[in-house]
Amino acid sequence: MKSLKLIVGGTIAATAALSTFAMAGETVDSIKAKGYVQCGANTALAGFSAPTSEGKWEGLDIDLCHAVAAAILGDASKARFTPLTAAQRFTALQSKEVDLLARNTTWTLSRDTKVGLNFAGVNYYDGQGFMVAKASGITSATELDGATVCIEPGTTTELNLADYFRAQGMSFEPVVIENAVEAVQTFFSGRCDVYTTDASGLASYRQTAPNPDDFIVLPEIISKEPLGPAVRHGDEEFADIVRWTHIAMLEAEEKGITSANVDTFKKDSKDPGIQRLLGTTGDMGKALGVSDDWAYNVIKQVGNYGESFDRNVKAKLGLERGLNALWTNGGLMYPAPIR
Amino acid sequence: MSEPLKSRKRLSSLIYSEKARGVFAQILVTGGIAFIAWYLISNTFENLANQGIATGYSFLSLESSFGISEHMIEFTPADSYGRALMVGFLNTMKVSFLGIIFATLIGFVVGVSRMSKNWILSRIAAVYINLFRNIPVLLQLIFWYTLINNALPSPKRALEVLPDVFFSNRGVLFPVPADHPAYFWMGVVFVIALVGVWLLRRWALAHRDRTGQTFPYAWAGLALVVVSVFITYLVCGAPTEMSTPVLKGFNFKGGAKLSPEFLSLLIGLTLYTSTYIADIVRSGLLSVPKGQEEASTDLGLKPSQTLMHVVLPQASRVMIPPLTSQYLNLTKNSSLAVAVGYPDLVSLSNTTMNQTGQAIEAISIFMAVYLGISLVISLFMNWYNKKMALVER
Repeated sequence: MKSLKLIVGGTIAATAALSTFAMAGETVDSIKAKGYVQCGANTALAGFSAPTSEGKWEGLDIDLCHAVAAAILGDASKARFTPLTAAQRFTALQSKEVDLLARNTTWTLSRDTKVGLNFAGVNYYDGQGFMVAKASGITSATELDGATVCIEPGTTTELNLADYFRAQGMSFEPVVIENAVEAVQTFFSGRCDVYTTDASGLASYRQTAPNPDDFIVLPEIISKEPLGPAVRHGDEEFADIVRWTHIAMLEAEEKGITSANVDTFKKDSKDPGIQRLLGTTGDMGKALGVSDDWAYNVIKQVGNYGESFDRNVKAKLGLERGLNALWTNGGLMYPAPIR
Repeated sequence: MSEPLKSRKRLSSLIYSEKARGVFAQILVTGGIAFIAWYLISNTFENLANQGIATGYSFLSLESSFGISEHMIEFTPADSYGRALMVGFLNTMKVSFLGIIFATLIGFVVGVSRMSKNWILSRIAAVYINLFRNIPVLLQLIFWYTLINNALPSPKRALEVLPDVFFSNRGVLFPVPADHPAYFWMGVVFVIALVGVWLLRRWALAHRDRTGQTFPYAWAGLALVVVSVFITYLVCGAPTEMSTPVLKGFNFKGGAKLSPEFLSLLIGLTLYTSTYIADIVRSGLLSVPKGQEEASTDLGLKPSQTLMHVVLPQASRVMIPPLTSQYLNLTKNSSLAVAVGYPDLVSLSNTTMNQTGQAIEAISIFMAVYLGISLVISLFMNWYNKKMALVER
């Protein structure tokens, strides 16, 4: 009889444990409860998401995650990072291993629908390019017929590549290696004629070559890659916070508010738009379910979008703003009104 | 009065009956497991629906739109995900099958060398075993892959080790006979000849039992196979045209190729598993009492006959069960292919689940396939084991 009791008791206990797991609250509640935001980051992509030699994460995507922590918890340092390969990222988000994917992910229709993601905006407009060894003498992507191409699996890169070669009537042989760092090293060792990924990624990886000057990026850009943060489908509250955190950083840049001068703006500004943004008037924070000084915390502790871009993408990769300039400077970054 | 009393007695006897309690407990356990399974599955589907993730297997017929470098059947990005997974399955089978054969051959040689009276030979075998056994197999794969990629030159400066056989960081290229119907018919004749050899062996063994005379069926069988296949080749017009690898543009065209991904995976898995097989062979040989060997020598059997008819049959009783588990391990370890970019089943399932978002379905497919492969290997080895087992009277 003893074993019987054990079995019945065990079953009840297991069921109870499973129910609590299944009924775990919304993402924002769980972030507030645990006291930090868990972000899925790229394993190593300088400028966007890479650990420093001291093990601190840095990059444009990393900044966004810190900004979300500042918006929800009032403290940008309350962000933790899980490095994920392209192939691991969606499963990690779906299974709640991470709250937010801040990991240069291309916004596509099937990911927005079938994969169950919600894209909270675009924090980098990119396109896919090709990198080859200078010694190969290739100057254009149209000369790549029959080439061996190193790529990372589970990416839009992989699909665009096949589409592009099909459209051009050319053939290629893929070498698919899951870890991006391994894949790019394989290319540098000469196993592949071409490495392909987003242009920003090419700039980033080129720096890791034994001799970066031995490699060139071809002029052709074969796709649109709107890269942005993604959250789980079905949690609108959290999606809104991430979306408006990104917009607040853009808005701050447009208004000339930086981490250095945000206190002066908060104290002195007579602009109602700035007052709403910084929470001195209105209830924008309350509408999002966070404190009213959410955007102030983001700007004060992380900075505006331009600041983040300059210290990460520009300083580390030497890339100019280009499409990622504000709309007022001819770029595509256009913050929706905070009102 | 007696009736109700009897039934009450029967009821209470049920509680005290060991057997009834056992049945009751089993029903409860099975029910509990079924409930947990139902709970998990229904929860999973509910959560997937809440997150708006598509479910079902219909994605298998959609166009895959990605390329695969190595395919034993035709494959282009216009083919379906289902076909892509089939390509992965065949690639897994290819590398596992060859790995099992090579690991067994090397394992036997090393295992026997380890037992050798020659001190140097035995030491070399010991070093080999300890070296390749104690380095994690994943590291070995990456080591071989990096070595092949960095040590070998680019295709333009490929090493021509034999005429028309090239070594480069694109792999090993060698000439093969160009397509011709003759090769198909040679394959057919080969299979028929194998059946013939089997019949010959049966006859030879029966003949020996009847008359005591041995017939060298192994040699006769070999001759039968070689001669019949060669005659077919001549009859079909004796094609001599070869497909040779020629450097064209970026890459070699023509010939056959062993890619660095395939080679590093095969080498890594083979060396790693062969060390375990070597130890299994050694323990198997050690398990045969020395008296058996001495007795058969005294009967006048040649050393090769002693090994083939006395020692190995007895050793194999000990060896087959652990060998089975090594074959299974090798097959499962082949899923480390992702690390070196060989398009095996897991690698292509990963890509598929990432492009479609249907992780549960893709994982369920490759779990079912691995389970299937494992069952087939163990069924075959169990059958073989039973055949080899000592019949005790």
